[in-house]
Amino acid sequence: MEVKLIINGTHYKFAADPDEYLLDTLRKLGYKSVKRGCDTSSCGVCSILVDGDLVPSCSFLTVRAHNKPIITVEGIQLEARKIGEMITAEGVEQCGFCSPGHVMAVYALMRENTHPSLNEIKHYLAGNLCRCSGYEGQHRALKKLMEVK
Amino acid sequence: MSVNKGIPKVDGMGLVLGKPAFTDDLAPRDALIVKVMRSPHAHANITKIDTHIAEGLPEIKCILTYENVGDVNFSRAGQGFPEPSPYDHRILNKTVRYIGEPVAVVAGHSEKAVDLAISKIIVTYDVLEPVIDFESAIDNSIVIHENDGTSSMFEIGHKPKRNIAAGYEMEIGDVQKTLESCDVVYEGRYYTQAQAHAMTEPHSCVSYLDQQDRLTLITSTQTPFHVRRIVGKTLNLPLSKIRVIKPRIGGGYGGKQAIHGEFFVSLVTIKTGLPAKLIFSRKEVFTASYTRHAMRVDVKIGSDKEGHIKVIDMDILSNTGAYGEHALTVLMVAGSKTLPLYNKVDAVGFRGDVVYTNLTPAGAYRGYGAIQGNFALESGIDELATLLNMDPIELRRMNMMKEHETSEIFEIMGEGQEGTAMTIESCKLAECLEECLEKIDYYKKLEQVHEDPNKVTGVGLAIAMQGSGIPYIDMGSAILKLNDDGFFNLLVGATDIGTGSDTILAQMAAETLNVPVDKIIVYSSDTDLTPFDTGAYASSTTYVSGHSVRIAAENMIKKIETAAKVYFESEDVCFNGMDITSGESSISLKDFSTKLFYSENQEQLVSSGSYVGTKSPPPYMVGAVEVEIDVRTGHLDILNYVAVVDCGTTINPNLARIQVEGALLQGIGMTLYEEVNYTELGANRNNSFFKYNVPTRMEVKAMDVTFVDSYEPSGPFGAKSVGEIGIDTPPAALSNAIKNALGKRMTKLPIRSEDIWRKLNS
Repeated sequence: MEVKLIINGTHYKFAADPDEYLLDTLRKLGYKSVKRGCDTSSCGVCSILVDGDLVPSCSFLTVRAHNKPIITVEGIQLEARKIGEMITAEGVEQCGFCSPGHVMAVYALMRENTHPSLNEIKHYLAGNLCRCSGYEGQHRALKKLMEVK
Repeated sequence: MSVNKGIPKVDGMGLVLGKPAFTDDLAPRDALIVKVMRSPHAHANITKIDTHIAEGLPEIKCILTYENVGDVNFSRAGQGFPEPSPYDHRILNKTVRYIGEPVAVVAGHSEKAVDLAISKIIVTYDVLEPVIDFESAIDNSIVIHENDGTSSMFEIGHKPKRNIAAGYEMEIGDVQKTLESCDVVYEGRYYTQAQAHAMTEPHSCVSYLDQQDRLTLITSTQTPFHVRRIVGKTLNLPLSKIRVIKPRIGGGYGGKQAIHGEFFVSLVTIKTGLPAKLIFSRKEVFTASYTRHAMRVDVKIGSDKEGHIKVIDMDILSNTGAYGEHALTVLMVAGSKTLPLYNKVDAVGFRGDVVYTNLTPAGAYRGYGAIQGNFALESGIDELATLLNMDPIELRRMNMMKEHETSEIFEIMGEGQEGTAMTIESCKLAECLEECLEKIDYYKKLEQVHEDPNKVTGVGLAIAMQGSGIPYIDMGSAILKLNDDGFFNLLVGATDIGTGSDTILAQMAAETLNVPVDKIIVYSSDTDLTPFDTGAYASSTTYVSGHSVRIAAENMIKKIETAAKVYFESEDVCFNGMDITSGESSISLKDFSTKLFYSENQEQLVSSGSYVGTKSPPPYMVGAVEVEIDVRTGHLDILNYVAVVDCGTTINPNLARIQVEGALLQGIGMTLYEEVNYTELGANRNNSFFKYNVPTRMEVKAMDVTFVDSYEPSGPFGAKSVGEIGIDTPPAALSNAIKNALGKRMTKLPIRSEDIWRKLNS
């Protein structure tokens, strides 16, 4: 199927398999920040934005993204650096495999809610698993980033 | 000063920004896709594999079965040499011993072609009865390893005919007599379950032949040098023909100590000449990598009526699943890293068998037996206190290890062999205990009554110890290279798997050289480019590899001063990190190093250091947890977890803290939620993140991790290890908290809400 994708502002036109998932498409095109942690949309490491919505790309069919803007961490390097400064100041990125998906979720949260409470942060990010950090350091970082009292 | 500073991880921002850094990110675009056809039976002999239809399909380049991969027996454990794990495995086995065991390996140009080919392989099995219940494995009529060349490199108690992978026994003093002479004896039986590592990056490996026709492996491993050795030995390749590159690793926790897909991609590349990659699916990670050893721990603790503990006896049955990776050593650590906590005893007994079953193999997992042993021992201490009608905290105060003391166990029990005698030069357990009690407000919380009549609160505590590397076995080394412009390359075999070891090793080099950390460019774990290191396991990197970096840096200072003597034509030179001074003259390191390359007395300055520990100083910690339980449902909430840790100097306090916090949540996950669950036929019931409950960020309300002042004289800059210690306390601390809340002792992990409810309603 012919698909047009707009990835981080760059236009692509190519033939996609009907059963192809966005995660595979993006990695094939060189967007290696998008990781595969599972294939059941349960871990959040493949999180990206499609048409402004945070979605797990491992279970989002490529054809569904036809003509829609897609954003990966490669497309928000400045914002990611800002989020990253707080995260790395705590040392909480650890192995870093879940970091790009985590950053995408934080970016999406900040667009939707400029002054979230800690509880709102936790709920929004509940789908982003991290096996290294125990999350506490992430919350310390995000509280500073979003100026949660 | 660079040490004891919470600087950001050197690779942190790059990872956050999504730079391609992991195995799959670095795979050649044209790599063959390698996938594994897996056994649907827990126990079966393969009588026939027909691959000819699959081989004839388009895009298929290579199919491996047990018939074309050789029949060398080895252990995938990824340990030093000689390995203390039995050689009970072949690259592909003719007898399959768990559901998910590889039967055939297919490589082709696309995933779809490979999937189709796998569906066309016809395997005929002679299905055998499996052994699923580990308590009935010994002397079962079904023998799991029979006539398959299984052997061990030295005596490990390996008795395959009895389904025993390894066994061990030791006794100090007379356990039976001492038990009989005690006023009070507690006896308890505890069960711990198989836990999945669930690292977010699945096991991944890539192989290709380089321009010199050498096999190059990029692999998600904790042990690149062991991978080179084991792959070389098993495939009969000279090690000079293999290069193993460790890129960034997406978590390991022990699960990536062992060899997973490395043989398969290597063979595909050797047979086809083409690059190949194998990335496990999440289902494969759950069903066909490793788990923690499930254990049954029988503990007896005897004391006089004043609470002086006289004897501890521990008897363990451990389940290693289909293969015996880490069987003996995990068993031994269950005793050797718990029993010395109470060192004022007259007698100690420890024995156990590790049995084969037809389940996913067990392997190394953070804590490595200590968490299992700790659950039984530290629950038992609270129970003994109840029998003595005594405060369990006071019982611990009286009996626990103190600084400058020792335990005979250190000398008797090592990992797979005899241990090493040592006196404990840093042990701040007492300080950890008092601080922990105060922070959680233990005695107040003990008395607290919940305002909601349907809820109760409780508080519980446990103490723990771990080690810092394996003495006389774990070896680390480092090379420092001075560059023009005055910066250094630090090349280490130490394997950063996300822990931040690259960063703390750079800090140690900078500290010794008295240069800023950004003058140290660290590169880790590439068997062609970096010196040897046993790998990221056994809590060894900070202590063992750290020393090697310190030594390399000290040697570099000597080299700089020697070169400076020639330059100044004087014996009186001094390097302070920034400048080299001789009398009134001085030159900056920046200028001096540039001269060394381009204009005067040209010489490349390179130094090295290597280190093997002669002891394994334990880090200690005290963990206390406050819980709230809804008695109507058994639902348990963790309100606060306080951990006070003695790991010596924290080289990087931020990273040390995250190590403990992360380990705590893994321990909490094991205690309350996680269990690799099998059907009666041995099929994994929860092989996805949907069904296997890794803790999310909602599970703990608060976590409070602090470090006490401590300095280990034998450690680099006073440091001990911190990677594993954090995982050990949650099982016992939570079980003790539940006991204090409900008056019921939970003795089997995981302790789920429904288990609490059943206990309340039984």
